[in-house]
Amino acid sequence: MINLLFTRARRAGILVGSGALLLLAACQSQPDTAADRLPYLGEREVVPRADGGPADTLYATIPRFTLTNQDSITITNDTFKNKVYVADFFFATCPSICPKMQSEMLRVYEKFKDDPRVLFLSHTIDPAHDSVAVLRDYAQRLGIQNASRWHFATAPHDTIFSLARAYYVPAEKDDKVAGGFAHSGAFTLVDSKRRVRGLYDGMNPDEVARLMEDLPVLLKEEAENASQAKL
Amino acid sequence: MRWRAADLLRLGGFLAAGTLAAGCFTDRQNAGARLYAQHCAHCHGDEGQGLKRLIPPLAGADYVAENRNFLACLVRRGVNGPMVVNGITFNQVMPGHEDLTDSEITNLLNFVQSSWGNKGKPFTIREVSEKLQACAGSDGQ
Ligand code: HEC
Repeated sequence: MINLLFTRARRAGILVGSGALLLLAACQSQPDTAADRLPYLGEREVVPRADGGPADTLYATIPRFTLTNQDSITITNDTFKNKVYVADFFFATCPSICPKMQSEMLRVYEKFKDDPRVLFLSHTIDPAHDSVAVLRDYAQRLGIQNASRWHFATAPHDTIFSLARAYYVPAEKDDKVAGGFAHSGAFTLVDSKRRVRGLYDGMNPDEVARLMEDLPVLLKEEAENASQAKL
Repeated sequence: MRWRAADLLRLGGFLAAGTLAAGCFTDRQNAGARLYAQHCAHCHGDEGQGLKRLIPPLAGADYVAENRNFLACLVRRGVNGPMVVNGITFNQVMPGHEDLTDSEITNLLNFVQSSWGNKGKPFTIREVSEKLQACAGSDGQ
């Protein structure tokens, strides 16, 4: 399942990378003027317009959420308004993949830390243990002094696990695995309209490098959309 | 697993020596490196560098140099609670490794003892099995 997701994401990446954009653009209803666009992941719905004009395509979006971050502040989708962000799922006492994942996330953070348009959101999948105080300590130990750019967030168990699905990160409680949770080390790239634009294996430095190449592509698109909206 | 320049250099050195004995030692070093990549690197880093103030380093760690008697049990049973490594207080959970044999722990520790500038005295399997008795952790293999 995890592999499947990554294979699909990687293929989409290759499509864009190899300039087979015509193919991709052909499946999209709106003509694409800019050369480089990241794909949209997930379900899409084509909605006919009442006036008989060209149909609109609606892409899957991250649902509304309310979380609490390491500074005890409530964060919602609006916290990420007009930003793009990278999300992942971890827990502080994770005996397996998390330290590696978070050190890879730290690489991305360090590269983009001077660009306020990019935010980071790490969700704990062990809210029973990872209190706000635990999350704050974890973040600070990682060198993240406050939540202005990188949120370490918690919420009731069910909220987190249904959000994980929306971000295409398989995660579940599993007493059979070390640490008690089975989850993937995926990083999910989300645009300012809450649409998923990329999925990367956070355990694989090559995949993380691809994320770092995709981020400027998405930022360019966001900037173009913003200037078009102003016209 | 990925080879780093340092590993290749080290391997190259042993191969250049060309004797049977050296070949044998290379194999164990190799096994230690493989076990490290498999069981430790995702936390302590490919170069034993650790991760900020979350995971302590193994490269150049005073803790490794000063706690020789405790290292085998630390790997077997894991460790948690505050610990100071190179002047920094860490306080996270390291899980135990029940699935490793005594000889695998020996190879692992010898890899750590001789990598990234560390210069600890190598362990024998017998010594590791003895130390593991302190935490009832020897499997005699
Ligand atoms: C899940 C992450 C994780 C894994 C896997 C892990 N460690 Fe650790 N290790 C830690 C943490 C965290 C500490 C510090 C524990 C504390 O704060 O009490 C530590 C401490 C140590 C220490 C003592 C402090 C130091 O840095 O010198 C040694 C030695 C050590 N680990 C060796 C190993 C070896 C060898 C392996 C592979 C068999 C391994 N560890 C696997 C997380 C891990």
